[in-house]
Amino acid sequence: MRGTAISDTLVLAKRNFLRIARAPDLLLAFTVQPIMFVLLFAYVFGGAIPTPGHSYINFLIPGILVQTMAFGGFVTAMGIAEDLRKGLVDRFRSLPMSRSAVLAGRTLSDIVTNGISITVMLVVGVIIGFSFESPFLHVVAGILLLLLFGYAFSWVFAFIGLTSSSPEAAQSLGFIVIFPLTFVSSAFVPPETMPAALQWFAEWNPFSITVNAIRALFIGDPAGNTIWGAIAWSVGIAAVFGVLAVAKYKRAVVR
Amino acid sequence: MLGLLGPNGAGKTTAVRILTTLLPADGGNARVAGLDVAAQAQELRRRIGLAGQYAAVDENLTGFENLQMVGQLYHLPKGEPKERATELLERFDLEEAGGRLVRTYSGGMRRRLDLAAALVARPPVLFLDEPTTGLDPRSRIGLWETIEGRVAEGTTVLLTTQYLDEADRLADRISVIDHGRVIAEGSSDELKDQVGGEALEVTLESADAAAAAIAALVGVCSAPPERDGIVLRVPVAERKGTIAAAVQRLNDAGVGIDDISMHRPTLDDVFLKLTGHAAEEDEEGEGDG
Repeated sequence: MRGTAISDTLVLAKRNFLRIARAPDLLLAFTVQPIMFVLLFAYVFGGAIPTPGHSYINFLIPGILVQTMAFGGFVTAMGIAEDLRKGLVDRFRSLPMSRSAVLAGRTLSDIVTNGISITVMLVVGVIIGFSFESPFLHVVAGILLLLLFGYAFSWVFAFIGLTSSSPEAAQSLGFIVIFPLTFVSSAFVPPETMPAALQWFAEWNPFSITVNAIRALFIGDPAGNTIWGAIAWSVGIAAVFGVLAVAKYKRAVVR
Repeated sequence: MLGLLGPNGAGKTTAVRILTTLLPADGGNARVAGLDVAAQAQELRRRIGLAGQYAAVDENLTGFENLQMVGQLYHLPKGEPKERATELLERFDLEEAGGRLVRTYSGGMRRRLDLAAALVARPPVLFLDEPTTGLDPRSRIGLWETIEGRVAEGTTVLLTTQYLDEADRLADRISVIDHGRVIAEGSSDELKDQVGGEALEVTLESADAAAAAIAALVGVCSAPPERDGIVLRVPVAERKGTIAAAVQRLNDAGVGIDDISMHRPTLDDVFLKLTGHAAEEDEEGEGDG
């Protein structure tokens, strides 16, 4: 079964890539949207937010990369909700294929689109003044950590896609759940300026921990426990939502 | 071929979903192709094909890619998914469209592709859940012919439909279901016999002649005729020669006839009689139970 699980997953991942290649409007979400965020934050908020020890653009890029990874999985949520609506999930579930392949294929193709987003944002970031302040291998490790974090949230979105009534609902539900998490964090402002309760939340928020880990790996902030903490959060989120999503998929009902 | 016939919400789709391992049964057990649907689900999935009421095909793949993908997911030996895809596109008259994205297909083409996808692994048992709902008449007939072809090749087919003519034409045996229960079972003819066999419908020129007409037809009818205005419904035992005999007798009695025809009960009559409501009365309702 192991072997077929992998080959089934690849068959479905290929299907998802073809979809992106053929309906390139989705590609805007991975490219133009991150660029827009980088430019907006850097030029609109940048001047107003003091970030001791770093230029705002150096402070911003790790935060915005992590935020983009957290949302990268929305394609999975929409795609799964769409497959449910069109009855494709019924077809897949009536086939002798692996029970996890539909979701694993989706989340796997998210890794590639997330990789595209990271590349685009780093290029734009460097153009407007971002500079790495760490050894090359740290940068590579940081990129891998970003992909792992994105992969974990793809499973959250897989679960959201299976839970919501339509692709549109999946998108807005994902937005409502994840947007506040990304803002009450150290992604865009130093959390010291927030009210005490929010500050406490921002410190334990997996986004903050991952953002801090990426800052350690990209711009040489002290790492502390953040890197291991970020890995633990990502693996934990992927495991919990992976199990939830596959269980939900097995009982999925067409709508 | 077994037909499951019933109105929306009768439980046809639920039955198919249980038999195709998509839904666990609330109770009891079921076997398909000798396999238990719950305990041997994965084994069973190799032997069934499902074409649902949605054309479950990927819009952003070509017809060929859709069939190839399904073949790969059935774990057909290497090379065979391509072969089968080519073969099926040809058989379903889609060879020219095979290289085009499915989102450019018409409704009928999607249904044909959906049916082709259900046949990729040559499954011995095929489930067709309202395969022609929403198709234009020409596409329906085309699909019927294809389904008949599969049956002729020895495939077992379970067909659900809310169209009586469809069950009548395709199914050897029909189970009529309503509110989740089988309320009648048998061949199309057996079901029709339950509501009475054939009848002669005579439209008279004048209602005044009704009594004379009934008296004249005593020798032809097998049960007392019913009268509705100028129309007489006369149950008959034998079809052959009945119209000629009836016309002769009515002429001899001097009764003027406006119209006369043999009336065979339709499955509509069967349905109305068995359930007390027409089969398609709630057809407008979205979705099916």
